[in-house]
Amino acid sequence: MTLDAALRVDRGAFDLELDLAVTAGRTVALLGPNGAGKSTALAALAGIVETAGTIELNGRDIASLETQYRRVGYVFQDYLLFPHLTVLENVAFGPRSLGTPKQAARAQAAEWLHRLGVTDLAARRPAQLSGGQAQRVALARALASNPELLLLDEPLAALDVEVRDDVREELAEHLRDWGGLTIVVSHSLEDVVALAHEVVVIERGRATQRGTVRDVIREPATRYVERLVSRWAED
Amino acid sequence: MPRVSGHRSRWSLAPILWVPAGLALGLLLLPLVALVVRAPWAQLPGLLSRSEVAQALILSLTTAAISTAVSLVLGIPLALVLARSADWPAVPRRLLRALITVPLVLPPVVGGVALLLLLGRRGLIGQYLPFGIPFTSTAVVIAQTFVAMPFLVLAVEGALRASDRRFEVAAATLGASRFTVFRRVTLPLVAPGVSAGAVLCFTRALGEFGATITFAGSFPGVTQTLPIATYLQLQTDPDAAIALSLVLMIVSVAVLVTLRDRWVPGLTS
Repeated sequence: MTLDAALRVDRGAFDLELDLAVTAGRTVALLGPNGAGKSTALAALAGIVETAGTIELNGRDIASLETQYRRVGYVFQDYLLFPHLTVLENVAFGPRSLGTPKQAARAQAAEWLHRLGVTDLAARRPAQLSGGQAQRVALARALASNPELLLLDEPLAALDVEVRDDVREELAEHLRDWGGLTIVVSHSLEDVVALAHEVVVIERGRATQRGTVRDVIREPATRYVERLVSRWAED
Repeated sequence: MPRVSGHRSRWSLAPILWVPAGLALGLLLLPLVALVVRAPWAQLPGLLSRSEVAQALILSLTTAAISTAVSLVLGIPLALVLARSADWPAVPRRLLRALITVPLVLPPVVGGVALLLLLGRRGLIGQYLPFGIPFTSTAVVIAQTFVAMPFLVLAVEGALRASDRRFEVAAATLGASRFTVFRRVTLPLVAPGVSAGAVLCFTRALGEFGATITFAGSFPGVTQTLPIATYLQLQTDPDAAIALSLVLMIVSVAVLVTLRDRWVPGLTS
């Protein structure tokens, strides 16, 4: 399983030019300051913004496909769980959209909730969930649609500081269990260390450094990473 | 927006403003009081059980319900087009909005005349139709829809503008087709707006008079709706007219109260 992408997004004042290669089991983190283009990169991969480049996902060129046909799962920063559906219905939404009959879709959803340890939340509405619970449900919902590529946009940013460490660890575990192609966006070195194997540092729409997490931390190529590392080392 | 009404504000109303405010309230309320006070309550059961009254009531409820249904089926997609026209050029976008608003400000009688000119026997389209539309129950529905649908369209459009479109994006990433997104995400998220619009639309259709009598006439049982029957009875049998007015008022208020209480937060909070 591989992703090979050459993303080119032109938005006038801001443009993104980013080449990405991801292999299964080697989660890639996009690390960079706010406004560097990390989220735009994810949006381009998911087909939410147009890209002039190429996106080859498992040998299939998806760059010209609409979002619904790309099979790219997306965990949004604020999760975007459908407020009018229960947790179970949220997770069953993907399978149902792909044509699975209602009962079977619900069974699949229940299975995913079980795998992520949130079976007891099935009947709740998103408004009744804590941040950590909502994140797990969002992950279950994305995975239940059986994506070939999983995108996580700042998956821990919406969480309270007290629970962030626990949720981060669990998330790392679930991503390992899943084992598919994964890209995670973050501006926190802690998240990157816990969740990813490789890092692409993005600044002002360009990749300024690539490498394994360890290499990037050892030898930061830009002031931005340098500062992140020293701040992280102090904690 | 910070709310001032929760606690006592330092800025109280200038006393002089209470006078026009009171007058306004009186103007809105006192006629209804008169209607209730002067109603021939003793004869009411007898008056209401008369066949032409029941006929008008049933016709009104049926046509208003059909008009509301038609407005929902046609109006929701129109509201979507309107709400999603943000990236259109300004001219067609504003034109579309203006066209939808016209029936709101147009005197209903003018609407009725316009409908005759379009769908009448010699009308723009009517001349090619193998059947006549004016002076049928269909004409009643068309007239009511013409007048009432804009209320629904604008209510739904407002709800659509206020709703978060990223939920639709999230649905698409899960593999949902555009229609599935509409049916399972967009529509449920604006359900309160749709309900409010439908209520406004129904009550407006129920009270429709000018366009209906112009385009559909006043045939008992076919096009003579409650408002028209009320108006005609006033000249021959005032007590019956008062009874009909009471019925109209009660139906309208009942619809507003029961539905708005549940679905329009603005009136309950």
